[in-house]
Amino acid sequence: MTNPDLLIKGATLPDGSRADILIEGTQITAVGKGLSSASATTIDADGLVVLPGLVDLHTHLREPGYEQSETVLTGTQAAALGGFTSVFAMANTLPVADTAGVVEQVLRLGDEAGYATVRPIGAVTKGLEGIQLAELGAMANSRAAVRVFSDDGKCVFDPLIMRRALEYVKTFGGVIAQHAQEPRLTVDAQMNEGEVSARLGLAGWPAVAEESIIARDVLLAEHTGSRLHICHLSTAGSVDVIRWAKKRGINVTAEVTPHHLLLTDDRVESYDARFKVNPPLRRAEDVMALREALADGTIDIVATDHAPHPIESKDCEWGAAAFGMVGLESALAVVQTTMVETGLIGWADVARVLSETPARIGGLATHGQKIQPGIQAELVLVDPATRRNFGVEDLASLSHNSPYLGIELAGQVVATIHQGYLTTDDRTLVAADVVSAQAEVVARG
Amino acid sequence: MKHLLSTRDVTREEAIQLLDIAEDMSAVNDREVKKLPALRGKTVVNLFFEDSTRTRISFEAAEKRLSADVINFAAKGSSVSKGESLKDTTQTLAAMGVDAVVIRHGASGAPQVLAQSGWIDVPVINAGDGTHEHPTQAFLDAFTMRKRLHGAGSRGKGLDGVKVNIVGDILHSRVARSNVWLLQTLGAEVQLVAPPTLLPHAVNTWPVSVSFDLDDALAQSKPDVVMMLRIQQERMHDAFFPNEREYSNMWGLTQERFYSLPAKTMVMHPGPMNRGLEISSAAADSPQSTVLEQVANGVSVRMAALYMVLTGEREVTHD
Repeated sequence: MTNPDLLIKGATLPDGSRADILIEGTQITAVGKGLSSASATTIDADGLVVLPGLVDLHTHLREPGYEQSETVLTGTQAAALGGFTSVFAMANTLPVADTAGVVEQVLRLGDEAGYATVRPIGAVTKGLEGIQLAELGAMANSRAAVRVFSDDGKCVFDPLIMRRALEYVKTFGGVIAQHAQEPRLTVDAQMNEGEVSARLGLAGWPAVAEESIIARDVLLAEHTGSRLHICHLSTAGSVDVIRWAKKRGINVTAEVTPHHLLLTDDRVESYDARFKVNPPLRRAEDVMALREALADGTIDIVATDHAPHPIESKDCEWGAAAFGMVGLESALAVVQTTMVETGLIGWADVARVLSETPARIGGLATHGQKIQPGIQAELVLVDPATRRNFGVEDLASLSHNSPYLGIELAGQVVATIHQGYLTTDDRTLVAADVVSAQAEVVARG
Repeated sequence: MKHLLSTRDVTREEAIQLLDIAEDMSAVNDREVKKLPALRGKTVVNLFFEDSTRTRISFEAAEKRLSADVINFAAKGSSVSKGESLKDTTQTLAAMGVDAVVIRHGASGAPQVLAQSGWIDVPVINAGDGTHEHPTQAFLDAFTMRKRLHGAGSRGKGLDGVKVNIVGDILHSRVARSNVWLLQTLGAEVQLVAPPTLLPHAVNTWPVSVSFDLDDALAQSKPDVVMMLRIQQERMHDAFFPNEREYSNMWGLTQERFYSLPAKTMVMHPGPMNRGLEISSAAADSPQSTVLEQVANGVSVRMAALYMVLTGEREVTHD
């Protein structure tokens, strides 16, 4: 038994050419003009751009432990609605994903839900405490085959632990994804340190707290000859450090979040906790530097840092609110708005920064491939002409802490195809029972 | 004026109106029967999430002199994990029917969140929020300066050209922030004097001049007013300064520094004072000190603020 075949008619490929795409089973079997199929369901893609399914290297799915914020099911539904076909799930769950048992549980929940390939990220240190290495090898050798390790939410602050982790993961070709935040420089920090924080009386989060850790870690990566990934760059100074490191030949990759490409710290003037995020929103100069760095390749990828929180964690005074924003559903639209509409990058670059390169960094061979016959069908169709005021109805996440509510964004995902079946169809999420049944068909082969 | 959250969004006209109404209120405070019926039948809640006996009793006195019914609500803990949330507390009070909220909170912005939230639709007066603002303190300071400078002829006047030095922990001071904006609006020239560790990183964006050297500042600017801020002794544990002795020597209004000031220079302090640390007893107890006037004027200014937000009127109507 196989799932229904799909025929995409008249889509615009990332390179600007137009083609039909035939999907049979889980594979793309033909790409070209004038394709037809008697059995396939036809999707009219006139005016739509087709990209390889998006890959998010930085997602918080919250399960196990924080199911009031998000579950693997609802988080991957948010992913599917946003055009993602794979997400890397951060380790700061409860219990922390620092053992093979937890990462295998997350993997299984993702497979069962069927909305996206879920790749668990393992913690670098036990309990994210920064003191003792987690069971990196056991996680790498588990069914989850973990390759990305991160204490995200916390910085691996001890330089010796960081050095050892960078060295150790070479055993299995792993990468350390660092949350760059010098803890002593950010005690009780609430927002970017600058003109706005001075006025609002909120404890400042200086740029140097991020930049100094990145500088240290690229030098450690050089010394150890290891592979380093820097999560969510947020400052112009961080861009300069990465640019310097790459020029020097250091094996480092860097990501930026959609919100750091669009929003600035003056949003905090409202004390609206939806804008409270780690790292904090920065100045307009930082936003411009991040956009340029993404365009010129200094920053390799966009990753969402999708961080769901329940209402009570945001509907309160700033100081008591949780850090984080949901972002899976809005990421592509924010990238189109900030990078494509401004002429900084084209659709081929969007495919690179939101699919190809994150898949490569994460060691995910089935995703982020050039759209051609013989590859697994992981695709997203986007309507670049749509303009909408982003609203709660555009969210599939269990949590609604989006900073974009009421903000106009360009572009909308029309369809997402994972393993050859639709997870989003006609701008609407496909129902969970339909998706999980199709996933089961694929799993049985 | 719907709310009083910050002095930054108060116009010069509104500020002078509030100070003028406070003059009327001050006259009431000098009468044998210190009471006006202006807020009779109105219920005001003093919602204090932080301990502050001085500010709370000042507001309470102001409310009672305007004949309001007063509820004091001392809420411990501010976050969901520590107890009842700001939202739940506020909605509880709204359900009881209150006409205004006076809020003191440890989190910067809490009064603004309350005013914008829709949890309760009544005027909100900020009685001090985190390290953000303390607007009524700034108004009572401005009132005190104006009264000392112009006496009975204060009405209608701003503080144009008045030189004010604010000395001490600017970084953590809501009093300093509210004073900077209000004094600038009223035309005063403000200089901040502090160790660099206790100034905000972006203080250069504020409408003030800055000095690290108190002796130099006092000699150069010849201030009309020296406002000393309370220094939290625990700051030295976070490496803001080495110890009390060094702080006092370099940034305290010591007896020696005080005696070097011209006799007309006002010495202000929002209280409570650390005698011997940021201010010497010689300065605090001198005729130049306005410390007790500030307390008395606090009641008048808070009466004026309550009157403005609750009646929407710009002049006191006498019965």
